[in-house]
Amino acid sequence: MSAIRIYVPCDSAALSVGADDVARALSAEATRRNLAIDLVRNGSRGMMWLEPFVEVETPQGRIGYGPVRTADVASLLDAGLLQGGTHPLCHGLVEDMDFIKRQQRLTFARIGIVDPLSLEDYRKHGGLAGLERAKTLTAAAIVEEIVASGLRGRGGAGFPAGTKWRTVMQAEGPQKFIVCNADEGDSGTFADRMVMEGDPFMLIEGMAIAGLAVGATRGVLYIRSEYPHAIATMGKAIALARKASILGPSFDIEIRTGAGAYICGEETSLLESIEGKRGQVRAKPPLPAHKGLFGCPTVINNVLTLAAAPSILAQGGKAYAEHGMARSRGTMPFQIAGNVQRRGLFEAPFGMTLRTLIEDIGGGTASRRPLRAVQVGGPLGAYFPESLLDTPLDYEAMAAAGGLLGHGGIVVFDDSVDMAKQAKFAFDFCAIESCGKCTPCRIGSTRGAETIAKITAGRNVESNIALVRDLCTVLTDGSLCALGGLTPMPVMSALNHFAEDFRRAPARDAAE
Amino acid sequence: METFDLARAQDVALEEQARAQAFFGDACGDAAALLPILHRLQDMFGYVDEAALPMIAKTLNISLAEVRGTMSFYHDYRTARPGRHVLKLCRAESCQSMGVDHLVDHLTTRHGLAPDETSGDGTLTVQSVYCLGNCALSPAALFDERPVGALDAARLDSLIAEARR
Repeated sequence: MSAIRIYVPCDSAALSVGADDVARALSAEATRRNLAIDLVRNGSRGMMWLEPFVEVETPQGRIGYGPVRTADVASLLDAGLLQGGTHPLCHGLVEDMDFIKRQQRLTFARIGIVDPLSLEDYRKHGGLAGLERAKTLTAAAIVEEIVASGLRGRGGAGFPAGTKWRTVMQAEGPQKFIVCNADEGDSGTFADRMVMEGDPFMLIEGMAIAGLAVGATRGVLYIRSEYPHAIATMGKAIALARKASILGPSFDIEIRTGAGAYICGEETSLLESIEGKRGQVRAKPPLPAHKGLFGCPTVINNVLTLAAAPSILAQGGKAYAEHGMARSRGTMPFQIAGNVQRRGLFEAPFGMTLRTLIEDIGGGTASRRPLRAVQVGGPLGAYFPESLLDTPLDYEAMAAAGGLLGHGGIVVFDDSVDMAKQAKFAFDFCAIESCGKCTPCRIGSTRGAETIAKITAGRNVESNIALVRDLCTVLTDGSLCALGGLTPMPVMSALNHFAEDFRRAPARDAAE
Repeated sequence: METFDLARAQDVALEEQARAQAFFGDACGDAAALLPILHRLQDMFGYVDEAALPMIAKTLNISLAEVRGTMSFYHDYRTARPGRHVLKLCRAESCQSMGVDHLVDHLTTRHGLAPDETSGDGTLTVQSVYCLGNCALSPAALFDERPVGALDAARLDSLIAEARR
């Protein structure tokens, strides 16, 4: 009898709830029972509430079980796990599960399915087709495919990727660089991490395509230090890609590890950091496309942007542009996080509403208490009240509702949240992470936190609220980058939608 | 963790400098190897020793002020040896929505441990971090390099017991 293939994820979310222990227990128990299994460590399917999510390959397809604890292993094998037997933890065919079936996975098509470090798996599932096609095209033709796809930067700003690539292609310089921004610091986001841990060759392929498109021979992948597993997986994948001559003298990639500074997710700070300097924001112009890393023309894109390139090249830009709505083309890997029952990664075309994602797909709050606030787009995104949940998730619709889509992270809070505390945290976070270059951000963040503390202590509440609003205008108008410029977004949305939380303390008006 | 050794630190600095120059070629700036050097020294010794800084400045041909300026900018770099174990506890929004503030209270009241301090017996440093990318399994932590998700008071107690063993 040939060995039965079993999948236990190696994604760090799965590891954080004991996937390694489950894998060890499965191997040991199978050996004890004389059962032949072929244990594959895949990426995660993104159904984090079911992790560790164990899958078994059967003639009908892959059958999933979860969340599996080591204590469940014996009873699973008793129930005929290797044949896909029924068990209270069994979810049936993974492809038929609602959370999977309702997605349209382009970027995440392979993640959770393949062995992340098997180039053979990667090829078998369509990998390298994009790069191979790019090699037959001129640089300008590659850029035009990206332009036609309508792909916009997935890091948060939503700048058209094709325009950026075209600018670098046309720029003159003895050396050009591709820089991948994997400094995914927004709370509520983990899509970049899942790509790096679950399908690292896709990112390598995307960077190599960008290199061909603009004439760059060197790529730098800047990963935050909080992601040790992503760094390790990408390091192994780069070594394998060199061995297979996917990387080499004509295009090679080096990993740079961040050092705990949120601001380095801002593109010019990130470039300073690679150069070995303080991660301080640069004034633009010059744009990185003209003078980027070490003053050379540089494409700097987020992980998801570069990871979209292989499928755009393989299937054509037009096919990608058929997904989505209005000026937001393609799909977005949304990350449902915080206080939600069914939380994880859900890739869908732009345009789905927050309510569909949180209530219908996510199943409402994990605590079963009423939902009160949803922060979309990370620590610089707005807090939405329940009444705005029908806002569609696309760049323009979110902006029209006073928020931003950012990197697609969605953090849900129940009614135990204190929104004045969240507004104060937004200022505190800005103070901790400010690079110090602009005065409104460096000093205003601390003053903002102090003023909200006065408000919640009941001191001159109305005049201090007016002061916070005024300070927010200064930050918005007077900051070089998004940290100072957008910290007002969570603060103002909390003030506007949850005004009652700022007026709970008994008034203690006094001369100051 | 090894004891700080300037000669070993110098080897690391030279190696990283050569590596950066080989990769970036003519475009390479003087300080390009600085972050990799600081990271490797911290991995080896648990912190970056003050005595290494003039050597790094000299090796890279940059000023001591530039080395200090860069090093002090980044939250990761330590100037003193941490506890035997490090618990990085995420304090960002997603973990707040799942009650990390209660866990911080628990750390203080039950174990006498404050965030961003090392325990008196030198076994554990608790460090606040902002997002570990495990937001669907909040509250999240990293115990040394091991990710811990869906953290609750009981799990926290067992991690602290493990650190003290």
